Formats: sequence, C-alpha cells, structure tokens
Amino acid sequence: MSTPEIAVGAPAPAGAAAAVAPLSNVKKIRKSFSTPIASVLVVILTVLWTLPTFGLAVTSLRPKLDANSNGWWNFFIHPHLTMANYNSILFSNSFGGGGGLFPYMVNSLAICIPATLIPIGIASMAAYVLAWVRFRGSDLIFFTIFALQVVPLQMSLVPLLQLYSGGAHLFGVTIFPNLHLSGSYAPIWLSHTMFSLPLAIFLLHNFISQLPESVIEAARVDGANPMRVFRSIVLPLAMPAIASFAIFQFIWVWNDLLVALTFGGGSAKVQPLTARLSQLTGSLGSKWELLTAGGFISIVIPMIVFFALQRYFVRGMLAGSVKG
Amino acid sequence: MLVSAASALPLASTVSDSLVKMVSVIEAVGGFVAIVLVIFFFAGRATGRFQRPLTIAVCLGPAVILVLIGLVIPALRTMYLSLLNSGSTKTVGFKNYWWVFHDPNNRSTLIRTFEWLIIAPAFATGFGLLVAILVDRMKHQSVPKSLIFLPTAISFVGASIIWKFVFTARDPRQSQIGILSAVAIKLGWRSPPNWLLSIPLNTFLLMVIMIWIQAGFAMVVLSAALKGIPDEIVEAARMDGATGFKLFWTVQIPMIRRTLVVVVTTIMIATLKVFDIVRTVTGGNFNTQVLSNKMYSETFVAFETGRGSALAVVLFLAVAPLVAYNVMQMRKERATR
Repeated sequence: MSTPEIAVGAPAPAGAAAAVAPLSNVKKIRKSFSTPIASVLVVILTVLWTLPTFGLAVTSLRPKLDANSNGWWNFFIHPHLTMANYNSILFSNSFGGGGGLFPYMVNSLAICIPATLIPIGIASMAAYVLAWVRFRGSDLIFFTIFALQVVPLQMSLVPLLQLYSGGAHLFGVTIFPNLHLSGSYAPIWLSHTMFSLPLAIFLLHNFISQLPESVIEAARVDGANPMRVFRSIVLPLAMPAIASFAIFQFIWVWNDLLVALTFGGGSAKVQPLTARLSQLTGSLGSKWELLTAGGFISIVIPMIVFFALQRYFVRGMLAGSVKG
Repeated sequence: MLVSAASALPLASTVSDSLVKMVSVIEAVGGFVAIVLVIFFFAGRATGRFQRPLTIAVCLGPAVILVLIGLVIPALRTMYLSLLNSGSTKTVGFKNYWWVFHDPNNRSTLIRTFEWLIIAPAFATGFGLLVAILVDRMKHQSVPKSLIFLPTAISFVGASIIWKFVFTARDPRQSQIGILSAVAIKLGWRSPPNWLLSIPLNTFLLMVIMIWIQAGFAMVVLSAALKGIPDEIVEAARMDGATGFKLFWTVQIPMIRRTLVVVVTTIMIATLKVFDIVRTVTGGNFNTQVLSNKMYSETFVAFETGRGSALAVVLFLAVAPLVAYNVMQMRKERATR
C-alpha cells in the first residue's frame, strides 16, 4: 500500500555528515538521524499492523469457496471479486437466525446519534454553569463529578438494570415507577448519557473555563442574561471542544459492547452491530466469508470518521482515553 | 445480484423497519431539543433575582440528577448487593468476597488478569515508543503513524474478528486460511497447534489483540512528547557525545518519563476492564477468563447478583487508583501549560 512511499521518502543515510553539520541546523540534524534500518523497521511494523485488517477486507470480497479453501493471500494469484458476502450478511435471513446485519446497523446508528447529542447538550450546560455562573458549592459539585470518573461502569450495571425493569422501591413505597423501558432504545441512550457525563463535563469545563473573561464580561455588561451568554457566546466558542468530544463519544458508543449487551436485553429489535457480531463469532465460526464481511461493516464507519476527521479524532481519543 | 419477488418483501419490511427506528431517533433528539428550548425560553424570560438561580437549576440540574441516578446511587447499591446472596434476599457478610479470592477458578482468573495488567501495557507502550522514536526522525511520518493508529478506532469486537481470523488453525495437511498457521508452516513448523485452544498460549494471543489496539494510542502520545523536547537539549547532549541509543536512553526517555507513566496507566485501565475481546474470541473458555468478563458472566448469565457485585467492587478498587492518578496528572499538565 503506502510502504514504498515511506522507503522512498526516508532521507539518505548521513551519520557522519550529521556530526559535522553546523549548530544552527538542529532541525536538519534531527532529520538526518534517520537510518535505513529505522526506515525498514518502521515499514515492517506498519505492514504488521495493517496486515490483519487488510486480510479481513480481502477475505470479505472473495467468493465463499475461495475464502474457505485457501488463505486470503492466494487472492493475488486468483483474483475473484464478489460483493455476494456483503449482500448475504446484510440482508439474508438464511443463517444463524435473526436475519441479516442491516437492521443491527440501523440499531447502531439509532443508538449512537442520541447517545452522542444528548450528553453534549447536558454536559455543555453544566460545564458552563460550573465555570462561569459560580455559586456556593459549585466547586464541590464540579469536584464530585470530576472524581466520579474513577467509577467503572461495571459498578452501575445491575442497579440500573433493576431500575429500568422494575422501578425503585424503598420500604414498599415506589419512589421511581417502572417505566417499562426494556426492549426499547431508551435504556441504552440513558445509560450512555449517564456514563459519559463525568468525562464530558470535565473536558468541556476545561475548555469553557479557559475562554477569555473579557468576552463574557462584555456580553454581561451589554445586558445579556446568563442563558443568553451561554447560547450566543459560550456555545459557539466551545465548538472545537464539543466536536472532539462528539467524535470520541460517537466512536465509543458505536464500538461499545458491554452497555449494549446489558441494557439491550438481548433483544434483536435494539441490539447494535457489536452485540450481534459478538454472537455470530461463535455461531458462524467457520463461515469466514460472512464473518469477515460482517467485521468489515462494523469497522468501516469508525474508519471513515478516523480518516475524514483525523485531527479532531486524535484530540478526542486522547482526551477520552481515561474513560471506562 | 438477483432480487426475486420473494426477497423483495423482506427488503420492503427492512426499509420500513429502519424508517420506524429512525423516527424514534428523531423523536428522542427532537424531544430533547424541544425541552431544552422551552426551558431556555422561560429561563431567559426570568428577570431580577430569579435569573441566576434559575439558570443554575436549569443547566446543572439534569446533569446532577443523571449522575446521581446513573453512577452514585448504583455504585453504592452495588456495594450493598455484594454483601447479599444471589437473589439479594439475605445478608451474607463478606462471603462473596471470600469466594472471589478463594475459589480456585477465581484465583486463576485473578492471576490471569494480573498477567494481562503487566504484559499488555508493557508491550503496547514498548511498541508505541519504538515507532514514535523511529518516526521522530523521518520525513514522511504521517502515513505509518495513521496506519498504526488506525486500530484505536476499531471496536474490540471488530478487532477480535480480525485476529480470530489470523489465529484460525486447520489440520496441518489442509491448506491454511489463518495467516499465523500458514507462516508457521512456511517456517518449518510441521504441525502448529490450534492456537486459541492451546493453554496458556491463548491468553497471550488475546493480549496481542489488546497490544495491537493500544500501541497506536501510545505512539501518538509519546510521539507528541518527543517532539516537545527542546531541540537545544538534544543538541547539547549530542555535543557531549551522546548518540543513537545512548541519546535515547539518557536524554529522551527521562524527558518524557511523566508521559510514559500516563500512557502505561491509561492502557492498564483499559486492560483491567478488558471484556469484549475475551467475550468475543473465547467467551472466557479454555482458561482465558478475566475479571471483567467473569463479572458479566456471573451477573447476567449465572444470575449470581451477589458474587457479580463483589467482582464489580473488586474491579472498581483495582481501577480507581489508576484513574485517579491519571486524571490528576492530566490536570497537572494543564496547569503547568
């Protein structure tokens, strides 16, 4: 793929030349450290890291007979291409029960969109108040939410599931009604929203609290009330941080298995792609042409986001890496 | 592709089904936006001394309530449930915790989780550092960097399928479809084992998946840290005669030590919670069980709520210090900048 470019792009060996280069050309010296060995190593590592995904993509495009009778590298000797695997894994009803993957893909999207937008709305309002409309106890609230990042979501699964499926009762008194939410998207949306808030508020607070005070003061002097300051000043200025978080959250939800398995109730109506694929990996064990196509479908959307929005993606991933 | 009359019907139902789902998405998002707008409208109308408290209640209220319902109360309740029996009908004291640490199966699960915790972060960070150092001196770094970072975007489930395919083993007399077996045979290993069934090798193969995903993350963070080292320092060290490996070991590594620690702890957190990989590839069978998957199986497959909750608390106690350390470091770094 891209490997030849790297080899060509690597500067010529210059060990001796670097040693006598003038002091001012520090940057140049650094570049010239590069040795052929380093380039070769990078190429090898890059190929090693890319090969498994590449093999999956190639296999998903091979006819059933080819895919299951010899290795995918034989594709380059006998190139037969087909989209049939994608057709059957997406739409066919003939295997594994529960139909093709297409409805699950729709479920994934149906889970991701609200589970990204709702936390952003709630968290940005909260972050704004905690940063700019301070009151007694606001620091305590911020620190508590910030500290809640240490709670892994595993701690919440059972109680939340009980809450969704039976409401909450204390000494025989119903303090939270059974909303009969199970089997719909609502528990998954709600859970993702709740689990994302500590990180989202923390990240957005970091950004929003750094906005220049003069701008916000000026708006206040002009008579804008706190709500208006939020809507017309803070929200537009915070867009870069919001975009980074949105990408992180979207990918996180799209890739999530645990929350979906727990709150999806195993129901095909709401299960996302990951949950379904995890099941199929067991039952489709030997139908590699289908499993690879399914795997590729599940990774293609994050990959598009990755390549299209790489800058925001990197920022979001790095900021969100502590999330659990 | 032939779409016959018979298959047209399910297709139509698929389309209408998808439309119904998307309508529910629009309802949810639209409903949320409508509520926010209505609240904004009324809160914006408020004047005088109600204005500030109202803003605070409206903006902060939802977040506080959701965090309470979703995290604080459930965490406390899980701790409480961990002291009850499987049906949560009777207090059993610390019996569930005793079981976590004394059951022979659990012991090996805990030891295995600990192996994960040590090995996967070490290798992921090692590979990440290696690539970061190597590309730091290269001109066209963006291509290898993006390709190695790409797995970070992929789900653990997707990665599991990718690697399960790599690890597929067939009878050595047949032609292999898994690349690992094929390479092993090419290298002269007459009958390579069925990788995922051979204990204890399989656990390490599962770790490979984790390392593959996390190395890109380590590389990007460490690469940025390396670029942050002032050129003058590197140059001064070179003037003193430090080159190649010595420069790396005595100058660059100490300069990025703090970042290195954060990278390792971050990957440790992810590793402690590893669930998807084990669940998808082996289901925790063949001696590959780990803490997080055990917690899920115990709670939602065996319906042992007490034991599952105890496992969750153990996981929490293991993860919490790492996350706390990390978040504090992140804060400190922001403060110094």
